[in-house]
Order: sequence, then C-alpha cells, then structure tokens
Amino acid sequence: MAQVKNRLTPFFENISFDREDNELILNFGPQHPSAHGQLRLMLHLQQEQIVKAHPDVGYLHRGMEKMAENMIYNEFMPTTDRMDYIASSSNNYGFALAVEKLIDVEVPRRAKVIRMMLLEINRLMSHLFWLATTALDIGAMTVFLYAFREREYLMDIIEGYCGARLTHAAIRIGGVPLDIQDTFLSQLKTFLDKLPQNIKDYEDLLDTNRIWLMRMEDVGVISTEMALSWGCTGPMLRASGVQWDIRKEEPYELYDEIEFNVPYSDKGDNFARYRVYMEEMRETAKILYQTIDMYQETVKNGQTDLMAHAPKYISAPKIDIMTQNYSLMQHFVLVTQGMRPPVGEVYIATESPKGELGFFINSQGGPYPYRLKLRAPSFWHTGILTDLLPGHYIPDVVSIIGTTNIVFGEVDR
Amino acid sequence: MRAYTPKDDVQAKAYYTDRYYVAPQVPKQEVETDEVFAADLAALKEKFDVKESFIQMKQMIVYINASDIYGVLEFLRDELTYTQLSEMSAIDWLAKDNTFEIFYQMLSMTKRKRLRIKFFINNGDAVDSVESLFRCADWSEREMFDMFGIEANNHPFMKRILLPYDWQGNPLLKTYPLEGDEFAAWYEVDKIYGKEARDVIGPEIRDTARVDRYDSERFARLGFEVPKGTEITGNEEPNKQDYQEEGGVFLVKKFTKDASKIIDDPQR
Repeated sequence: MAQVKNRLTPFFENISFDREDNELILNFGPQHPSAHGQLRLMLHLQQEQIVKAHPDVGYLHRGMEKMAENMIYNEFMPTTDRMDYIASSSNNYGFALAVEKLIDVEVPRRAKVIRMMLLEINRLMSHLFWLATTALDIGAMTVFLYAFREREYLMDIIEGYCGARLTHAAIRIGGVPLDIQDTFLSQLKTFLDKLPQNIKDYEDLLDTNRIWLMRMEDVGVISTEMALSWGCTGPMLRASGVQWDIRKEEPYELYDEIEFNVPYSDKGDNFARYRVYMEEMRETAKILYQTIDMYQETVKNGQTDLMAHAPKYISAPKIDIMTQNYSLMQHFVLVTQGMRPPVGEVYIATESPKGELGFFINSQGGPYPYRLKLRAPSFWHTGILTDLLPGHYIPDVVSIIGTTNIVFGEVDR
Repeated sequence: MRAYTPKDDVQAKAYYTDRYYVAPQVPKQEVETDEVFAADLAALKEKFDVKESFIQMKQMIVYINASDIYGVLEFLRDELTYTQLSEMSAIDWLAKDNTFEIFYQMLSMTKRKRLRIKFFINNGDAVDSVESLFRCADWSEREMFDMFGIEANNHPFMKRILLPYDWQGNPLLKTYPLEGDEFAAWYEVDKIYGKEARDVIGPEIRDTARVDRYDSERFARLGFEVPKGTEITGNEEPNKQDYQEEGGVFLVKKFTKDASKIIDDPQR
C-alpha cells in the first residue's frame, strides 16, 4: 500500500474500516483499569457517541454452580467468598441462610448479632471501596486515599475476628465459629465515632465539585421501568425511585428489631446512586451502633451459644467432640459425608451491598445440592449497560460502570 | 471387568448411604393457607392451565404448561404486580425422565411475595423467550443456553455468555465430565502451538498440586537451590540461608526482638 506522505497509516486491530458509515467498533477491556475487573465492552461509536453497546462477560468464570453440585454444603462455604470478594461475608451469609432454611434450624441470638455486625461491616467496606474506585476513575485521587484508609481500619477489625482480610469465610451454616475478640467492640466504636466526619469529608470533596457533578449529574439515567425490567436491585434500584430493601421488607436475622431508614432517590442518574451509597453508609453506622448494644445485651443475659444445636446437620461444640463419643461420631460423619438436608427447594434473597443476592438450592436429600443457582446482583447490573450506554459518550462509560458497582467475581461466578 | 459407572450422571456421589435411610421432605402447604397467593392462583387459573401448585418455604410454586410461559409472565407482571423476574434457570432431570425443569423466580414488591413458575420440557425442546417482557431474561436465557444447551425461541442473540463461543458441551448437565480427558490435556497445546509441537511441549499437567522435585526449571526447591536448568541428582547440599551477614550491612540493621517496639493500639 502506498504511503501518503502527510498521513500516518496506523494499524488498529480494534477498528473495522470496511463499513459504509463512520461507525467504529471499540473494544473496551477486558484489561481496562476502569472496567473494575474483566469486563469487555464492544462499543459501536459514531464519533465519540455510543450507538450500540455489547458487554461481554465470562473472563472470570470458575463454574461455581458446578463446583457446588460436587461439594458437600460446608465445603462450598469458602468458595462463596470468591463471588463478591469486596464483601465476602455477605456471600457466606446468603448461602448459610439458604441452607439453614432448608434444614430448618434456628441460629442462637448472639450468633445472629455477630452475623449482623459482620454483614454491616462488609457493607461499609464495600461502599467505601466503591467510593474510592469510582472517585479514582473520575480522577479524584484524594477520595481514593481517604476511603481506603477507612476501609483499612475495617479490614483490621475483620482480620482480628477471622484472620482474613478479603476472603473471610467467617460465617458457618448454623451460626458463627467464634465469638468476637475483646477489642472488637471498642475498635468498632472508635471507628464509628469517626465515620460521620469521614463521610462529611468525602462529601465536601465531591458534592460541589464541578468535575464530579459534570460526570455524575444526568449521566446514566435509569428509569424505574428499566431498573425493574433489568432485574436491578440494591442501590441501583433505590436510586431509580423504588424504596425496596430486603432487610426492611423481608427481614432476616434481627433486622426487624433495628431502626434504620432506606435512602432512595427518584432521579436515577449517577449522582443519585452516589447519594444513595453515601446515605447508606450513614444508615449502616446507625445499625452497627444498635448491634453493639444488642451484643452487650446478650452478654448480660448470658446467651453464649454461637452455633445452632441440630446434631443431624451441625457438629457439636468442640468441647463435646473432644469429650463425648457420640458427638465425635456425628462430627466424623458430618465432615466426611456431609449433612443431608431434606428433599425440597429454597430460594432465599438477602440484601448484599450490591443488591439482591439469592441462593436457589434444590436438594434431593443427598450430601450434595442437586442444583444450586447463584443469583448475583452484578450480573444484571452489567447487562443493563446494553441499554444504558447508547446515547452516552466515551467518558460517561467510565462513570456509569463506576456507579453500577459491578464486581466480576459475582458476575462470572 | 471394570465396575459399571452410569454415564447419564457422572457427578460426585455419596460414597455411603444407609440402605434404610429415607430422606425427609421440606413440608409443603396448601395454597389456600395464604390469602394473597390463593387470590393470585385463582386469577391465574381462570386464564391458564395450572398443573400443580403449593407453598414451600413461604413461596408459591406453580407448575404450568411450557407453551403458556409468555402469557403467564405477562399476566403476572401486568395484572398481579409481579414486576421483577429475579432469576430463571433450569434443572437437569435427563437421567430420570429425559426432561429439563425450568423455573422463573418472580417478585412482587407491592405484595412482598415471591413465587416460582415452573414447567418441564423434553430434551432438545426450546422454551419461549420472555426477553421482551423482562429485559433481564436476555442474559438469563443466554446463561441457560450456555449451561444446559436449552435454546429460547425469539431471543435476539442466542449465543454463549460466560463460556467462550468455541466451547464444547454444556457444563451444568449431569453428563458433563468433572475431569478433563485425553483430548483436554492437548487442547491448549494444539490451539496455541499447533499439533506438531506436541512432542516438544507435552500434555498439559492438570494436577494443580503437582511438584516435581527433579525439575529445576519451574520449582525453586527451597533450601536446596541450584542454578536454573541444572540436572538434579538428589544429593545436593542444603543451602544455608542467612538473610544478613553477621558484620552488618550499610544502613541495614539486624532485627532484634527486644529492641523492637510493638504497637498495640490497633487504631495507631
């Protein structure tokens, strides 16, 4: 091909030139830093404007549903960590709750309180992580540093509890394995006392920031119909005008004893989602204060049980296993063969930081689930990009992906 | 003679089941025990053929005809306020009676109720797409196609979603093998380097925990290090590992526990 002197002939492997119009296909990802993981977007562009978007997922697919079908129930628990790895206890909890409903056991009160603490700490961690990375994508480096600093404190608390910072596996079917450590409550309180000021700091940096507002306001507007039709849940749905929080509407654990509000907005744009996340952090702090009181009440009432008593399904406490022959035999059977829940089906939805996290289990009475379907909220929050992105410009892609808060561990499963 | 293993379900099996063990059932309730569900079911029964219905775990399960699914979901969405399709997928019953069970998990936010619509299809049959009712079914149906090979009629883009387009087989079928075979061990070698490189590269090693102690190319042999690529006899002297010379290095201090300061305030 002859070279034109004053023009470069670049080689773009991503761009197809053999079209009549000026449409250009741009591959965004799967290794794009602001794609929050392995998201590949095929964007059809007219100049800078997107006319068609095609999200391509599956780069992190590990076949978790298949793994679940070939593992005993307790064995699958650490695998759930790897779904939404930003808030892994919420996945542990969703799975534990589904199995508990199936085998019909009642979790002791102190374990419930500890679980709620873990869930809400995870929610805070997830929201702080969301704020940090989204702000970083938009260019607000300071917010990233501040939010990660706070998240670090929470990770230290969790690390003190279960030894892990990211993949906690801190919840068991039937309760929790450990009581909280001595420093847990004081550390949490110290953190919570500082949190309102921290949130205010982030807001001072962002709320009136011209760049932030330009990237957020009236960008990525999701209507209520669209959010419902695409199966959006969690903050995505609440920012689109539906005040629906599973903790409030179908309370699990002790959420019905707790005072908290469900923040929502009817704007549906990026900024609305940002506001919902910020307000949710405040509500979470409120819940955590109440769980601290609840925990101290269980101490006062001497409710020390951490695991449900159901010898058919759940191993006895360690002291019994070490001293009593029958408990040891039960434990041996439960570890080597696994529990055998009754024949039946269950679908349990919990409010994870990202949205409705559902576990559908079909049990045929064997030690392995016959079918386990993981309903991960991010899956549809990625799908909605198909309909959401057209009409927007390339820079908006980054801010929209940011506010959808997708985590590819749970999109691809 | 080798022991016979069934080919229609190759998944993990319990290695021991008491011969007198009878699995208990999760209790089912009559639909009439819940007024909201009873009213919904009555409305549904007027327009569609309902095969079976009951309440389990506070959720109503309704079995319908496969051909009615679009109409039923449209009716649920528009008339009975079940505005969200939370989830849909299939259950493989091919080994039992050559069918798939398809379920649609619905949510009504105004009634705070969840119900599950179900039906059976034969192996090889397609389902009617509900993508035009619920956009989320676009991806769910693709996932079902990916995992079970069940196609959806009138779907705009019936392609695999999580697995690559050239993938063979449908992983969530009970006939899908749990380990790779002879073919799988050569797949990536053939794909990346070509068949002629088989002799040079060798089959893919699928045991993730495998460590070859005579391999000095890929394994460090902690404490017995040798230069990369050295032939290993097994009689190597252990390398005594000192992280610092006794005399000390410029700017680097040797760690002594007594002289260190332990920070016990976790908030720092």
